[in-house]
Amino acid sequence: MRSLIRRKPATTPRDPAPSKLTYRYQRLMLTPGFRASVRIGVPILLIAAIATSFFSKPENREMLNTRIAEAKQSFQTRPQFMVQAIAITGADDALTALVDAALPVTFPVSSFDLDLEAMRRSVEALDAVKSASVKVGQGGALEVAVTPRVPVALWRDGTTLRLIDADGVESGTVPTRADRLDLPLIAGDGAEQNIAEALALYAGAGPLRDRVRGVVRMGERRWDIVLDRDQRILLPDDGAVPAFERIIALNEAQDMLARDVVVVDMRNAQRPTLRMNAEAAAALRRVSEITTNDRAGD
Amino acid sequence: MGDLYDSQRAMRQMRKAAMQRGVVAILDVGTSKIACLVLRFDGPERFRSVDGVGSMAGQSQFRVIGAATTRSRGVRFGEVDAMQETERAIRTAVQAAQKMANVRVDHVIACLSGARPRSYGLDGALDVAGGMVTEQDISQVMANCDVPDYGGDREVLHAQPVNFALDHRSGLADPRGQIGHQLTTDMHMLTVDATAVQNLFYCIKRCDLELAGLASSAYVSGMSSLVEDEQELGAACIDLGGGSTGISVFMKKHMIYADAVRMGGEHVTSDISMGLQIPAATAERIKTFYGGVVATGMDDREMIEIGGDTGDWEHDRRTVSRAELIGIMRPRVEEILEEVRSCLDAAGFEHLPSQQIVLTGGGSQIPGLDGLASKILGQQVRLGRPLRVQGLPQAAIGPAFSSAVGLSLFAANPQDEWWDFEIPADRYPARSLKRAVKWFKDNW
Repeated sequence: MRSLIRRKPATTPRDPAPSKLTYRYQRLMLTPGFRASVRIGVPILLIAAIATSFFSKPENREMLNTRIAEAKQSFQTRPQFMVQAIAITGADDALTALVDAALPVTFPVSSFDLDLEAMRRSVEALDAVKSASVKVGQGGALEVAVTPRVPVALWRDGTTLRLIDADGVESGTVPTRADRLDLPLIAGDGAEQNIAEALALYAGAGPLRDRVRGVVRMGERRWDIVLDRDQRILLPDDGAVPAFERIIALNEAQDMLARDVVVVDMRNAQRPTLRMNAEAAAALRRVSEITTNDRAGD
Repeated sequence: MGDLYDSQRAMRQMRKAAMQRGVVAILDVGTSKIACLVLRFDGPERFRSVDGVGSMAGQSQFRVIGAATTRSRGVRFGEVDAMQETERAIRTAVQAAQKMANVRVDHVIACLSGARPRSYGLDGALDVAGGMVTEQDISQVMANCDVPDYGGDREVLHAQPVNFALDHRSGLADPRGQIGHQLTTDMHMLTVDATAVQNLFYCIKRCDLELAGLASSAYVSGMSSLVEDEQELGAACIDLGGGSTGISVFMKKHMIYADAVRMGGEHVTSDISMGLQIPAATAERIKTFYGGVVATGMDDREMIEIGGDTGDWEHDRRTVSRAELIGIMRPRVEEILEEVRSCLDAAGFEHLPSQQIVLTGGGSQIPGLDGLASKILGQQVRLGRPLRVQGLPQAAIGPAFSSAVGLSLFAANPQDEWWDFEIPADRYPARSLKRAVKWFKDNW
């Protein structure tokens, strides 16, 4: 007969004891070092595995590169970063044109695409520019501040007249001497390396200033001063300025240079030498002959 | 002797290592339950105001961070009976305690309740050579104790010097540095069955744990449930366990005698089960709910449904009165207490200055037991509960946990045993480097 009370199926009661494996696993998980390695090491491994599998496919790499390039492009071409115009300050019109030509930029351009350092270098490579600063300023303008070279002298090199500044650096050419009458003229090999001395000679010219045509570097060691009427003053290689001042003093006292003197040779300070022109020499010779004859006739 | 001496020393080293790691497990393998506590040692006591004994008897240096209890399996009379089952039960308890503590434990200190403990009182004497007692003299006097032939199948569990005497002065706790001629010592040695110890050792090893100490359960429950003056003046702690009842006698803060009666609560349960024809689980439940040892008139009228699962209505609706239940339980409890009485008589308990008896263990919770015990054991009977330790959960503060708590105290500050002292010089191997080092140390 079947019992009225439903009996539980005769199963073995659950064993509360952990199996050896479970026990060991739990103990392992309670080991601090192991726990830390699981907590940190497993996620790192997982991420590394995912990344490796992603990048192992070339199309994925391609896609990622394209995405990055697009994002970069769209960010860089925002209106805030666009440069619309160029503003050149500190240069005259001719130099402005030169600088503009030296910067081959087509506007509008993103400021990320501009290599300002290279632009500065190319502007400073111009002869007429002493220094320059290039920056992207307010309102999307490329601001180029130019400090032009100030020419202090004209240097005749063959048939061309070059403008040079105090450092001896050429900053341009002029077609004729008449264009820059305010500047002193210098010539000769190695003249551009001794601009300062040349200028000192000019500054010390004083009353002879109007008569000085130019100064010529001779043999790359000393100066000649060329005056009008083809007069020439030969100066020593050191102490040029005091020698020139002696000449000026002589001229003041005896009006020496108004006479028929072709060359005043100051190269030997103890013995200044004059050379007269041919007619004066002939006339002098004639006069002395007459004088001699007269004495003889007496 | 030498073998155990070494293994005990090895356990002490292990205990030191466990202290250094700061975490040690306490395992009380009993017949009815297995308790596991995980202790954390935070170093020496932090809030110590003055010298001397700190707060909570110096045991606040550890904290219980995990506790678990499981029904014991495969243990009979406090000895491992079925190794696989016991191993599983230990795993269950250790795992749960580890989970609660959230820390892995590798070292375990266990206690042994059965294994037929036997006490020996030893004494040794030594003529002090230099006039002043040195550490070497103390180890030598202990080595001079004549060890009785306790049998090859037994091992020494405890060997504690309980007293030192120098010439005519007795009761010295620490004779080092004192001047005298004749040094004598009394030692208490407790031996147990070697096979029981080996089985327990093997079970613990199979759970990937290292045994860092072994103690007698009677001893450690005495440590936790006797108060200080009882330990000083003389008292016996009766640990009524599941499969065995441990007896330990304390005097001057030393255990001087320990024994075990191979009867306990499980036998009461099996009596009920046999007497009432009910399964053991039901018998255990009825015992804990309605059990007692003193019947009153009221108990005749209190009927207990003992139930059944047969499908037979008459059988499943059986009832017994509580008086009948008490009638089954009382003879067995009396028998246990009589056995305890005879053990105490054999130990000479009546000669102690104070004859306090403290009942503890899970069996001590039977209502009316203290009245019955005072009739059999003597007038000074009280029920003892273990000391309160920090962090112990509410469920584990009952008298059933007195040996687990006592084992925690034992782990925190163990009593110096024979093997904790220096090895006597003549016991070193003849050509040992240690011996050479020692010779140098002693002569310079």
